[in-house]
Amino acid sequence: MNRPKHMTQAVPTSTVEPLPLPEGIQGIVADWSSDQRAFKNVPWGKAMMWIFLLSDTFIFSSFLISYMTVRMSTTEPWPNPSEVFALTLFGKSIPLILIAIMTFVLISSSGTMAMAVKFGYEKNKKMTFILLLITAALGATFVGMQAFEWTKLIEEGVRPWGNPMGAAQFGSSFFMITGFHGTHVSIGVIFLIIVAIKVLRGDLDHERPGFLTGRKGKYEIVEIMGLYWHFVDLVWVFIFAVFYLW
Amino acid sequence: MAHAEVQQHGAHGQRHAHVEGQQHPIGIYLKIWGLLFVLSTASYLVDYFGFQGYLRWFLIIVFMLLKAGLIVAVFMHMLWERLAMVYAILVPTLLLMVLLGIGALEADYTFFTRGVFFLKGLF
Repeated sequence: MNRPKHMTQAVPTSTVEPLPLPEGIQGIVADWSSDQRAFKNVPWGKAMMWIFLLSDTFIFSSFLISYMTVRMSTTEPWPNPSEVFALTLFGKSIPLILIAIMTFVLISSSGTMAMAVKFGYEKNKKMTFILLLITAALGATFVGMQAFEWTKLIEEGVRPWGNPMGAAQFGSSFFMITGFHGTHVSIGVIFLIIVAIKVLRGDLDHERPGFLTGRKGKYEIVEIMGLYWHFVDLVWVFIFAVFYLW
Repeated sequence: MAHAEVQQHGAHGQRHAHVEGQQHPIGIYLKIWGLLFVLSTASYLVDYFGFQGYLRWFLIIVFMLLKAGLIVAVFMHMLWERLAMVYAILVPTLLLMVLLGIGALEADYTFFTRGVFFLKGLF
């Protein structure tokens, strides 16, 4: 290779082997300026999932920030979430208990998902399948509890355009934000079941392509599924803090 | 980041060219899971005990950011990704702070004008 003497470092171009990574900012510049592929050591689908999640972050942030804007600007009193979402259990009214249980359910599903990814890379079919199914079951439980919560609020007269407790914006923010999040969870449950079936059938061991793509099936799809699922949990962390605890 | 390289090279040894997977001991997931439970309980207790004012806000935001950080760093493996990837995702997210600021300013102004026009007694 003829290279001018002053160039001390080769430009990284190979996509096969992991490249030596220069420290800090230099490493970022080296990755981003290299041929063909900026996100090294990351499967194509995973980089795409991250970029999708980035756009989804902007969608949810727009919802949450507009919720903040309408809540701060209303002159009507805001319904107290601590009371609105209280449940009477064993003859005692406990504030926000349903939402707390939903939070624990979703966090648990994130834990089982993380372990499913680990067992997936170990090619442990049985454990991956079981953990994916538990994750899907916890996700479905979450959606079920959300349906219960919606029913309760609708019976109490909460509508997107008004409610008996105070500011009308409460209903529109609530249905919009939790509805969009619940849709994400539901879609996640469906895909968790699809991935679980792929794992059980051995599609990933035999590198069979999926129904929408000609690319070979690999265990990295479990991790990509996991990214989506953890993101759903991540969004709930923010909704829980700013909608229910504010 | 050097840590990640070592781990990925470790995984490299046992299987051909599958350098892209993220493999970590199960213990770390269980520990983070436990921590998330503790933090969620803590943020629930903020409401249960009815803390108000700046203390409430401080606690809610600290617990929220800690939980979010743990999920992204460990469950989503950001801790072990290359910086080129981490920055591509996290830096645009920080731009949302601008939208947050604009939203707060706008809300303040709207609240003020509503006060002036709808609730004459207030001002």
